[in-house]
Amino acid sequence: MALVAPVGLTHFLLLGTALFCLGLYGVFVKRNAIALLMGIELMLNAVNINLIAFNKFIAPANFTGQVFSIFVIVVAAAEVAVGLALVISIYRDRATTSVDDLDWLKW
Amino acid sequence: MVNEWIYAGAFYGFASLTLLSAAGVVFLKDIVHSALLLAASFIGVAGLYVLLNADFLAAVQVLVYGGAVAILIAFGVMLTRRPNMKETNANNRWVVWGAFTAVLTFAVCGWALAFTPFKPVDGTAAQVSAIDGIATQLLGDFVVPFEAAAILLTVALVGAIILAKGAKEA
Repeated sequence: MALVAPVGLTHFLLLGTALFCLGLYGVFVKRNAIALLMGIELMLNAVNINLIAFNKFIAPANFTGQVFSIFVIVVAAAEVAVGLALVISIYRDRATTSVDDLDWLKW
Repeated sequence: MVNEWIYAGAFYGFASLTLLSAAGVVFLKDIVHSALLLAASFIGVAGLYVLLNADFLAAVQVLVYGGAVAILIAFGVMLTRRPNMKETNANNRWVVWGAFTAVLTFAVCGWALAFTPFKPVDGTAAQVSAIDGIATQLLGDFVVPFEAAAILLTVALVGAIILAKGAKEA
């Protein structure tokens, strides 16, 4: 049923869910801080796909979903810039990017 | 009918490009390969935006993600030296629990949205092009968040420079 039906909202939402879960897995299991940032970027992209798909299929009269995904892109760009600056700064201090070694806050 | 087949083919092509690249980002052991596949995944998402009538956002996606973010991550990979490139993207000891959580999240979300009947709130598609509509909303209803986003981006980038370069004591 789902495979022969024309490509609709559910297809895009399932794709977004799969992309989100891949990013979630990456954030959970990776040891490198840069790989964690990559996982977060994948999750933000999945959210953007959902926003634009809802915009097209649910509320086609305006462009609110696209405007919100622009804000998501802005925040993602700021986040990756600050995150990489932190990674480079920490690397200079500790010569590692492994999140297992970032244990300053440990008791 | 033919248009529908072309649309479906384009959707499944871009979807498989996006998902396979994302899987490569997550599962490969060399972080340079992961960074390159991340850019490929962003390009696939841009293709999906074209299918969703969001041509302006597809251009933004290619420029901001495929260009800036992917290059920034490549810089981050290059500026942090490692002894052995083969094991730069290793997993920690939570692999089983991470996979379990991801699969569970996918199952729950997929089940929820596959059986939810989404109804359009209004059937008439907008007559203006995407760039016109976005500009009208961004400089009209959403002008305050737009200005806040501009300030956020400026502050974040200045802060990133200070963090990475280090500020001199006056």
